[in-house]
Amino acid sequence: MKKIIAYSLTALSLALVLTACGGQTDSGSASSGTDAGNATSTADSGSDEGDLAGSTLYVYNWGEYIDEDVIDQFEDETGIEVVYDLFETNEEMYPVIEAGGVTYDVVCPSDYMIQKMIENNMLQEIDFDQVPNFDQIDPAYVEMSQAFDPDNRYSVPYCWGTVGILYNTSRIEELGVEPPTRWADLWDERLADEILMQDSVRDAFMVALKKDGYSMNSADEAELQQAKQDLIDQKPLVQAYVIDQVRDKMIGGEAAVGVIYSGEMLYIQEEVADLGLDYELEYVIPEEGTNLWIDSWVIPANAQNKAGAEAWINFLCRPEIAKQNFEYITYPTPNKGAFDLLDEELQNNKAVFPDIDSLDNSEVYEYLGEDVDTLYNELWKEVKSN
Amino acid sequence: MTKLRRNVWQIWQNFYMVIIMLFLYAPIVTMIVLSFNRSKSRNQWGGFTLEWYTQMFASRNITNALYNTLVIAFLSALIATVIGTAASIAINSMKPLPKTIFMGVTNIPMLNADIVTGISLMLAFIAFGISLGFQTVLIAHITFNIPYVILSVMPKLKQTSRFTYEAAMDLGAGPVSAFFRVVFPDILPGVLSGFLLAFTMSLDDFIITHFTRGAGINTLSTLIYSEVRRGIKPSMYALSSVIFVVVLALLLISNFAPKRKQS
Amino acid sequence: MSKKMLSWPYALWMTGFILIPLALIFYYGLTDKTGAFTLANVIAITTAEHAKALWLSLALAFVSTVICLLLAYPLAMILRNRGIGQNSFIVFIFILPMWMNFLLRTLAWQTLLEKNGVINAFLSALHLPTQSLINTPGAIVLGMVYNFLPFMVLPIYNVLCKIDDDTINAARDLGANFLQTLVWVWIPLSIPGVISGITMVFVPALTTFVISSLLGGSKILLIGNVIEQEFTKGSNWHLGAGLSLVLMIFILISMAVVARYDKNGEGSGF
Repeated sequence: MKKIIAYSLTALSLALVLTACGGQTDSGSASSGTDAGNATSTADSGSDEGDLAGSTLYVYNWGEYIDEDVIDQFEDETGIEVVYDLFETNEEMYPVIEAGGVTYDVVCPSDYMIQKMIENNMLQEIDFDQVPNFDQIDPAYVEMSQAFDPDNRYSVPYCWGTVGILYNTSRIEELGVEPPTRWADLWDERLADEILMQDSVRDAFMVALKKDGYSMNSADEAELQQAKQDLIDQKPLVQAYVIDQVRDKMIGGEAAVGVIYSGEMLYIQEEVADLGLDYELEYVIPEEGTNLWIDSWVIPANAQNKAGAEAWINFLCRPEIAKQNFEYITYPTPNKGAFDLLDEELQNNKAVFPDIDSLDNSEVYEYLGEDVDTLYNELWKEVKSN
Repeated sequence: MTKLRRNVWQIWQNFYMVIIMLFLYAPIVTMIVLSFNRSKSRNQWGGFTLEWYTQMFASRNITNALYNTLVIAFLSALIATVIGTAASIAINSMKPLPKTIFMGVTNIPMLNADIVTGISLMLAFIAFGISLGFQTVLIAHITFNIPYVILSVMPKLKQTSRFTYEAAMDLGAGPVSAFFRVVFPDILPGVLSGFLLAFTMSLDDFIITHFTRGAGINTLSTLIYSEVRRGIKPSMYALSSVIFVVVLALLLISNFAPKRKQS
Repeated sequence: MSKKMLSWPYALWMTGFILIPLALIFYYGLTDKTGAFTLANVIAITTAEHAKALWLSLALAFVSTVICLLLAYPLAMILRNRGIGQNSFIVFIFILPMWMNFLLRTLAWQTLLEKNGVINAFLSALHLPTQSLINTPGAIVLGMVYNFLPFMVLPIYNVLCKIDDDTINAARDLGANFLQTLVWVWIPLSIPGVISGITMVFVPALTTFVISSLLGGSKILLIGNVIEQEFTKGSNWHLGAGLSLVLMIFILISMAVVARYDKNGEGSGF
C-alpha cells in the first residue's frame, strides 16, 4: 500500500526534519525570491494603451512556437499581461477550448481544426480594422486559408509549411537504399527499424492515403481501411511514432528516415553543421504530394479580451517581430514583410521556403465532420494497438 | 574458512548494492552531464558549457513553473497539514464505525490510480463550474496530500495518552490551550513529517496536475512534459541538477550534523 | 468544543473532492453522449484493441512487479542486516532519485538506451555487438522497474527491520542453513511487506501512460494510454470513464488480495 511508503518516507524524512529544518526554509525563500522577480517583471509595464494596459491576455500556442522575448516586448509595449500556455497537438487543444474549463483569448490551431471550430461556432470574427498589419501577410497564404476559412473572417496565418521525408544520406547508403522520393519508399523492408513516423492521426493517415493515391481528406471507409492496413503493415518497420522528437532523433543519427515538418529544416541544417557530423540530412517533398499546412491565430468565441487578442495578432504581424519569431522557430513565415527582411540565401533555401508551384498535388487538411473524425481515431487506435 | 566465506559474502553484498546504485543513478548522472552539453540535441555531445546554468532563470516559462511548483507544494502541504491534523484528532476520538468510514474514504486517493483520481477531479471541476487553473491544481494537490498527513499523524496520536490531555483540563487549561500545550508537542513530529511528505508528493506529481491544470499554470512536471516531444531545453536539466544537488546537500548536512537527541 | 467538529472541514473536503468526483466517473462511464444509461463504455474493454492493451498492461505490470521483487528483496535484506535501520542515510540514498522529476529520469533512460545512446556507445567501445533496446516492451519494463523499485524496497525493508535478530539466531542455532532460514523465517515474516510492495508497484505500472509513450516509442499502446487519449485527445470522455471503471475493478481486486494478507502490515510502520 501507499501507506507503507508513506510511513517509510515519513520515518526517513523525520531524520531530515529533526536534524535540519533547512529543507522547508530553503524552498520558502526560493519561492519568495522568484515571486519578487515575477512582480517586477509585470510591474514595469508602464506604457499606457488605453484600457488594454493592465488587462490580461490568455494565449494558447504550440510548444516552442514563439520567441519568448517577443512576449516580453509585447507586454512592455502594450501593458497587457500575457498568460502563455502550450499545447502539443490540435486534438489535444480542441477539448480544452470546448470544455471551457479555461477561457483563452487567442489560440493558434491548424487549418482543419480551425474549420472544425468555425463549424462548431467556437470562434468569433476578427475585427481586421484592429489588425492593420494584416496587409503584411502574403496574399497567397490568405487565399490558401480559404480552404478552411472561406471568407477569411476568423484567422490570420502565423506559420505554414509542408510535411516531407527527412533522410540521413550516409545511413541510407549503408543500407543500400536509394534516397526516398515517394511516400511508398517508407514501406521498403530494408528500412526496418529505421523509420520515424508522425504520432498524430491525420499525419499518419495522410502518408498512407497519399501513397495509395487517395486524397488526404478521404472520408471513404474502404480507402481508410486500406490506409489502416498499410499502416499496420508498415508498423514492424517503424522505430517509433513521435512528434517533434523526430528532429533530435534524426540529428542523433537514430534513424535513416523520418516524417517531419519542413519548419525543422533550418535548425537541423544549422545543428548538423555546428556539430560537425559526418552525415547529412536531406529533406524531400514526396512525389505523391503532401500536406500543406497553415497554423493561424484565431479568437475563441468565449474570449474575455478580444481587443487584447487583436493587439496580439497585430503585433505578431509586424515584419520585424515576425522576422525575430521566424529566426527562433524557423518555420516558414507567411509574412511578406518579414520575408523581405531575410538574407537572400535564406530566401532561396528551398527546404525552408519551397516554391508553392512545386506543391501541385499537395492539399490542405479539411475538417471531415465528427463521424469521420471518430472513424479516423478508431482506425488509428487499431494501428497503434496492433 | 568461515571468515573467508563471510568476506566473500560481504563482497557480494557490496557488489549487489553498487549495481543497484548504478541502476538508480545512471539516468541522474546522464541528466547532469547533459546540463553541461553545448548542443541542444539530447543525443549529441557539442562540448562543455555552463551556458544553461546562466540561462536557467532567463526563461520565464521555467521560472514561472518553478514558482508554481514550489508555491503549490508549500500551500497544499500547509493546508493539507491543517485539515489533516484536525481530522486525525477527530477521527482518533471517533467510534469504530465512523472511524472505519473516514479511514476508508481516506484510502481512496492513495489506492486509486493517479490517472483516475486526476480525471475524476477534472470532471468534478468542470461540473462545478470551477475554471481550471492555479486553484484547481492546488485543490487537487491538497486532496491527495491530506491522506498522507492523516497517515503520519494518526500513529503519533495513538501513542499519546488521553489522560495527559484530561489532566491538563482538570488543572484548569481550556481545551485549546490544553491541546496546544500537551497534545500538540507529542504529535509534532508526525505533523512535521506529514507536511514534508505532502510537500514531496506534491513536487513529484505529474499525472494529477496534467489533468487539473488550466491556462498558464505549469508546474515543472507539466512543463517538462510539454517540452518532451520538442526536445527538453538544457536549462531544464541544469535546474533539475541544481535541485538534486541541493537535496543531496541537505541530506548530507542532516546526516553528518551533530544529532539532536530525540525519542 | 467537540473534537468531532474538527472532522467537518475534512468531511466536506472528502465529499466535494473525493466522493463526488468518483461518482462523476461512474456517471460518465455508465452513460452515453445523450446522457442515457449504457454499459457500452464498460463492455468496450472487450474490443480487440482495448482487450489487447489491457492484456499487455497486465503482462508488463506483472513482469515489472516480479523483477522489482527479485531485485528489492535481497537489497532490503542487505540493508537490514547491516543494521542500517539506525542510520537511515544509506536507505535515503536509495530513494533519493525519487526527488528528481520522474519525467526527466525516464527521459534520461532514452538517452541511455537509444541506438546511438550511452549504453550502445559503451558496448561498441568494448567491441561488443550493439543492442536495440529502446522502443521495445523490454524498455518499458525497465522504465517501470526503475521508477517503482523504491516502492518495493521500502515496505519490505520496513517489515524486515521488525524481525528480531533473536528469531534469526534461534533458527540458526537450531541448525537451519541460510536457505532454510530464508524460506522458513525471513519470507513468512515479511509477507505483509512483500504484498504491499507488490500492490505499490503493480497499480502504477498497470495504469502508467507516460513510461510507455517515452520508452515505447508510442508503438505500444497500454490501457493507460488509451484512457489518457480518450480524455486529452478528446475523442470520447464517456469511453475513457468507462475504461477507468474497468481499471478500478482491477485495482480493487489487487486491494482485496492485499487486504487478506496485510492485516498486521498496515499502521505498524513505526
